[in-house]
Order: sequence, then C-alpha cells, then structure tokens
Amino acid sequence: MENTNKLNTNVPLEYQTETGKLNILGFWIFLGAEVALFSTLYAAYFALKDGVMEGPLPIDVFDFNYTIIMTIVLLTSSFTSGLAIHEMRRNNIKAMVVWLVITLLFGAGFLYMEIAEFIHLVHSGATLGTNALWSSFYLLTGTHGVHVAIGIVWITLIIFQALKRGLTPDTAKKVFVSSLYWHFLDFVWIFVFTGVYLLGMVK
Amino acid sequence: MVEFIKDNLILNDPMIVGANISILLTVIVLVFVLTYFKKWKWLWTEWITTVDHKRIGIMYIISALLMLFRGGVDALLMRAQLTVPNASFLSSQHYNEIFTTHGTIMILFMAMPFLLGLMNVVVPLQIGARDVAFPYLNNLSFWSFFFGAILFNISFVFGGSPDAGWTNYAPLAIEGSPGPGINYYLLGLQVSGIGTLLTGINFIVTIIKMRAPGMTLLRMPMFSWTTLITSFIIVFAFPILTVTLAMMTFDRLFGTHFFTLTAGGNPMLWANFFWLWGHPEVYIVVLPAFGIFSEVIATFSRKTLFGHKSMIISLVVISGLSFLVWVHHFYTMGGSANVNNIFSITTMAIAIPTGIKIFNWLGTLYKARIQFTAAMMWALAFIPTFVIGGVTGVMLGMAAADFQYHNTYFLIAHFHYTLIAGVVFACFAGFVYWYPKMFGHKMNEPIGKWAFWFFTIGFNVCFLPQFLLGFAGMPRRVYTYLPEDGWTALNVVSTIGAVGMGIGFVIIVYNVYYSLRHSKMETTGDSWNGRTLEWATATAVPPHYNFPVTPVVKDVDAFWQMKQEGTANKKDIEYEPIHMPNNTGTPFVMSIFFFIAGFGLVFEIWWMAILGIAGSFGCMIFRSLRSHVYDKGYYVSVEEIKRLEQPFHKEA
Repeated sequence: MENTNKLNTNVPLEYQTETGKLNILGFWIFLGAEVALFSTLYAAYFALKDGVMEGPLPIDVFDFNYTIIMTIVLLTSSFTSGLAIHEMRRNNIKAMVVWLVITLLFGAGFLYMEIAEFIHLVHSGATLGTNALWSSFYLLTGTHGVHVAIGIVWITLIIFQALKRGLTPDTAKKVFVSSLYWHFLDFVWIFVFTGVYLLGMVK
Repeated sequence: MVEFIKDNLILNDPMIVGANISILLTVIVLVFVLTYFKKWKWLWTEWITTVDHKRIGIMYIISALLMLFRGGVDALLMRAQLTVPNASFLSSQHYNEIFTTHGTIMILFMAMPFLLGLMNVVVPLQIGARDVAFPYLNNLSFWSFFFGAILFNISFVFGGSPDAGWTNYAPLAIEGSPGPGINYYLLGLQVSGIGTLLTGINFIVTIIKMRAPGMTLLRMPMFSWTTLITSFIIVFAFPILTVTLAMMTFDRLFGTHFFTLTAGGNPMLWANFFWLWGHPEVYIVVLPAFGIFSEVIATFSRKTLFGHKSMIISLVVISGLSFLVWVHHFYTMGGSANVNNIFSITTMAIAIPTGIKIFNWLGTLYKARIQFTAAMMWALAFIPTFVIGGVTGVMLGMAAADFQYHNTYFLIAHFHYTLIAGVVFACFAGFVYWYPKMFGHKMNEPIGKWAFWFFTIGFNVCFLPQFLLGFAGMPRRVYTYLPEDGWTALNVVSTIGAVGMGIGFVIIVYNVYYSLRHSKMETTGDSWNGRTLEWATATAVPPHYNFPVTPVVKDVDAFWQMKQEGTANKKDIEYEPIHMPNNTGTPFVMSIFFFIAGFGLVFEIWWMAILGIAGSFGCMIFRSLRSHVYDKGYYVSVEEIKRLEQPFHKEA
C-alpha cells in the first residue's frame, strides 16, 4: 500500500505506481482462472458433442462464410485494441480513444452477428434444450458472448474516465488491463472457431 | 408473497421449528443489544466495511466457528440416529438432508473460511506487508463467502435442504430431487466460490509482490508458502466448480442436457468435473493445515523447521499431483482397468511428498526441548493420527482393493482421519497459537488442554470403530440398520466418541469467554518466543498498518535471527507517515445483491434474480467509476504511529 503515490517515470504509465503493478499482475492471474474456466467449458463440449439424440447436426446448420466473417471481425478488434495501447504509450489520448471506439464497434458487430446466428440456429431447431451437444455449444459460445458484452460496457466506462480525467497512471492501467481482457477473448474465440465451428463442419 | 412464505417455511418438524424459533430469538437479541449499546455505527465502520486483513480474518474465523457448530450438530444428530438399530429419531429424508449439509458445510463453510481467516490474519504479517494486495477485494471475498453460506444455511428452515450428498451426483440431484434443496446447494456454493477465487488471486499477488526486503522465496515462512501454493490451486480449481455448478443449475432451471439421462447428457461428466475440483479442494484445505503445524512445531521445538527446502518441493509436487488423481473417487463407476491403474499410481505417488513432510516434522522434533503448550499438543496429536488417515488412504487408493472398501464406513473413517486430524486439529492449533495476535491475550492453557483431551480422545473413539464397521460391511449414508447386522456395539462406541468431541468443542468456546474475562493482556508482540515476523510487532495486536517500519529479512526465521542479533524492537526509529487504504461499503452491498440473485434463482423468481444480477453489475460500475475517489487512502501521521507503538496505548 505504501509508495502508492511515488512515481517511477522510466516505465510505461500503467506500471508507474505500485497499485498499477499489483493490479496488472492480479489481472494476469485472473486471466489464468479464466483459462481454467473456458478449458472446462471446452472439455464439456468435447465430452458431450456426440450426444446428439435428435435435432440438427452442426454440419447442417453452420455457415462457413458467416463464421469466418465473425472471426475476422473479432480478430480485427484485437488488432485495433493493440493500436489503442500503442497510442496510449505515445500519450496520444485522442488517437487512443478513436481506436478504442473502433474496437468496440467491431466487438458490437461480432456480438450482433453471434446473436443473429443464435436466432438462426434456434429457428433451425437447435435450442438450449435440444440435446447435450447444443446445450454445451450454447454454454461455451454464450459464456464467451457474455464476456464480450461485459467487455464492451466496461471499456465504454473506461473511455469516459480517460476523456474526463486524462491519461494518468490510474486510467492508463485501466485501459491496459481491459485490453488484456479483450485480447484474451480473442484467444478464446480462436479455439471456439477451430474446435467448435471448423471441426463441426468436417465430414 | 404470503402464500410463497407459507409454502416454503418448514413447520412440520419439531426440531426445525425449534431452530426457527432460536434463530428468531437470536436475531431479536442481537438487534436489541446492538441498538441498546448504540453499536450499529461501530459495527458498520469498524467491521463490515473494514479492509484491515486482521479484522477480515477474525470475521472469517467467527463465521467458521458458527458453521462448525452447525455442522457439528448435524454430525451429532446423525450419530444419535445410528446409535441403535431401527431408530426412528430421524426419517430417511431428514437423514439424507443432514449428511448432505454436514459434508458441504464442514468442507466449504467451516474448514475453508477457518483457514482463510488464519491466512488473512497471519500471512501479511508473516511476510512483513502492510495489508494484502487488494484490500477492497478482500472485503468482497469475505462478504460473498458469508452471504453464500447464509444462502446455503437458510435451506433447512425455508424450502428444504439439499439431499443428494455433498458430492451431489447426477442424475439423483437432477431428476431425483425436486424442490429447491439442490438449487440452494448450487447457488450457495456459486456465491461463496466467487469469494474464494478472489482470495486466491489476492494472496498470490500479495505473496509474490509484497514481501519485505530480503525475504526471498526460499526464506519465506512455511505457512506463507502453503498459502501461496493453496492460492494457485484455488485459482485453477475453483473455475471448474463454477462451470460445473452452472451446468447443473442450467439443467435444473433451463432444461439443458449436461448431466441428464436423456438427450445425450452424461451423469458421469458431473462425477469427473466435481472431483476435478473436489480433489484439489482437499489439498486446498490440508496444505495450509500443514503450514500451521510447521509453524507451531518449529516454535515450540525452538528449532528451524527441519528440511525447509524439501518441504517446499513436496508442497509443489503435491499441488501438481492433486489435479491428477480425481478418478480415484469413483473407481467402481465403470472406469476400465487401465484407467483405474493409472489413477492408482498417481494416488499412491502422493504418499511420497506427504511422507517427506512427516519426516520434516519428526526431524524438527528430534532432540528438541519441546514445550507442551495446547497448540503444540494439537500438532503432536496430528502426526500419528494423520498417518493413520494417510495409510488408509493408500489402501483405498489401490483400485482393486477399493472395490471392497468403497462406500463403506471404512471410507468415512479414512477421510475423517485426514480432515479432522489434518484440518480441524490445525485450525484449533492455529487458533490457540495466533489468538494473542488477534485479541491481545492468550487462551487459558489448562482449559485448552482439557478441550484437547476431550476432542482427540473423543475423535479416536468415534472414528477408529468406523474402520471396523467398514470391514463389517456397513455402508455409508444409510439412515438405519438391523440388529442382525451386528453393527450395534461399535456404533454405540462411535456415538460416545462423538459426544466427547462435542464436549471438546464446547470447552473451546467456553475458553474464549473465560480467557476474555481472566487472561492477562500481553505486554509485547512476542507471545510465544516466536520465530517469524508476525511476532515482531511492538504490541500484541498489531496496529492496522502492521509495521511502523518495514522489517528487513536475513534468514528463514527472520524474527528469531533479529533477536539473536539484538536488532529486534529497536527504539528511536525515525517514522514516516504511512499510506493506508480507505474502508469500503460497496462489497457488502454487492454481496447482498449476489444473495438476492441466488435466492431468486433458487425459487425461480425471475424478477428477483434479474434484480440481483443487475444490482451486482451496478455495484461493479459504481466501483469502476468511483474507485479513484474512494481509493485515495489516507496517511497515518508520525504522532499517531508513535502513540500506537506504545505497548499500553489507549484504543482510539
């Protein structure tokens, strides 16, 4: 707790206070817990994906082009999130906010596409209660989607704070930590895309 | 609304009505006392909103003692029912509910908070830190645990308790158990699990980042080491529980098919996921216990812990193996011989690092001038009793042999020998040992020894016969048996032992009261001629900032080394103002919203669930927007530090 206000100006803004350093390490460990959480969801999906008693098969309802666009949209948002941090390091708050807003727009686009896909799937007869495969599909993708939605609200709040208070060690830390979170969601999605969608469309 | 309460309040069982009335009376008395002595503000500012790790620790321990009482009463009711054959003291349904709540409460709401409480009190002091890394989260951890525990506990007076065992296996817990009971289990554990995960993150960062200068990882005291390893296990094991509980909640509330018998669901997936969390959970509770024994044994043997490094290595090995043995909980549930073989080997491998520890403790005791204090007696009793638990564990770990032992009282006796001799003895040892750190006076030693003898003798009388009952074929979780079974005599003995343990617990609680009235206040911070930094404070109860000047560490037993060098308790130190965090009320409010959400989901009252979830997110948004204002903290002035560092200062 001590040295909270002592600044070390040789390192990036977000690492300058003791609190900043503690929060960033704490967030990395939280992401470790998130890895365990999503691993369990994957494990559940792979354990249950042959549990198809009735209802459509993934290969019948997945649309390759649609999911590849979703994936590109989300991966692009990760790239723009990285650009925002780059601008933050250059102390260019305007450019940072612009890139963050672009990131969020891509995120929102992804979320819109995911929800539209869910609606399409439900109309094709694949609902939460159809069978074990679809239960675990919705739990895995849904948990990821909820994370994206939370991320959008969270980063919006942080943009407002950064605009109001400027780039301080505190706001810079928040932007940095939220970008870690955003990259993590991308990382998770890569596995969802490969393990659920691509493998689901094989044979 | 009235209908809803009328439907769910349990009034047809005289014991539960008695509990209802006593809860009501206790609440009325508490409210009256707090109002009469005008203590509401004190309760809010000094305790509920506190971010001081020592106070949060004390709140954890008080909750754990309450839960020990609840779980203990459950245990005594079970023993009463089983004393004689064909007893009708409890119905089979009531018995099911009681063994379920007993197991769940003892592991998750007694053992864990007791140990987390001791960690909170001790670890920041032991590593020479002012507080944990995230004081706000620490407060949130406690309150979400607390409200999770309340959510679980109200089940027995409102709506009915869970009745599928603490392992809550599907499909029994889904298709076989209508009513809110299992929902209480799922949501109560979910809410308290949030707190546990946050504590894990908090302690990892605290221990990695906030150790006093000079305290390398290899110089870190053993209790802090066990806390670090435990925290890592928590961070990787608890998310598994979160997902698993959520999946069953979805099965029960939203008609999904994860663990169901129909539509491709797989009940075995529950067993696998539950134990993937459940086995590491066993080590989450037993590793800190090992840490406590290590501290107590080193202090009262007046020696450095023998084989400090081998102890650390064995800790790390155990934490890794703990994730690789989960199948040994269900050898008989259809695994192939090869799978069972692999998990037999990993299970028996755990005996090696655990055995190393036993020799560490014996080596510390060897040729030492042992002081037989109450804390030390708990630690000494632990070694042989825990070895019995460990050896029977290896017996159970052999898959072929397990087909004979599984689901008998042999298993019950085994895990009580590990969990009581390991964890409960450690909680009591740590409680007595660090009592002066928490309250400024020691617990009465002679009374403490009476409690020790009642409890340990009672424990062995209770559980040794259960090994034999297991060999005689008595299955676990049966609510009664027949005279022809020939189990009566041993069951009578077992019940007598349980009563002995109950008396031991009552004596411990009485000792708290007696010591408050009669014990002398400690005049220094070093009550036991201690070896580690928590004893290096000038006053018995450290001020909220812990150390006026951060200590510098040169050895494993940092404080012992300072005393040898004569550098402990230096006078005329130049103090500097200390920065400390503010108290916070948001976590308490947020946890109330968790509770509301959980309760709404238990009874499928959707508006209430949505309100609770929205409120929780509202608190998080509030936190995000206002943390820079509320987290500014404040400075403790040099005059204030000088005053607080006097041994007999008046409390502000």
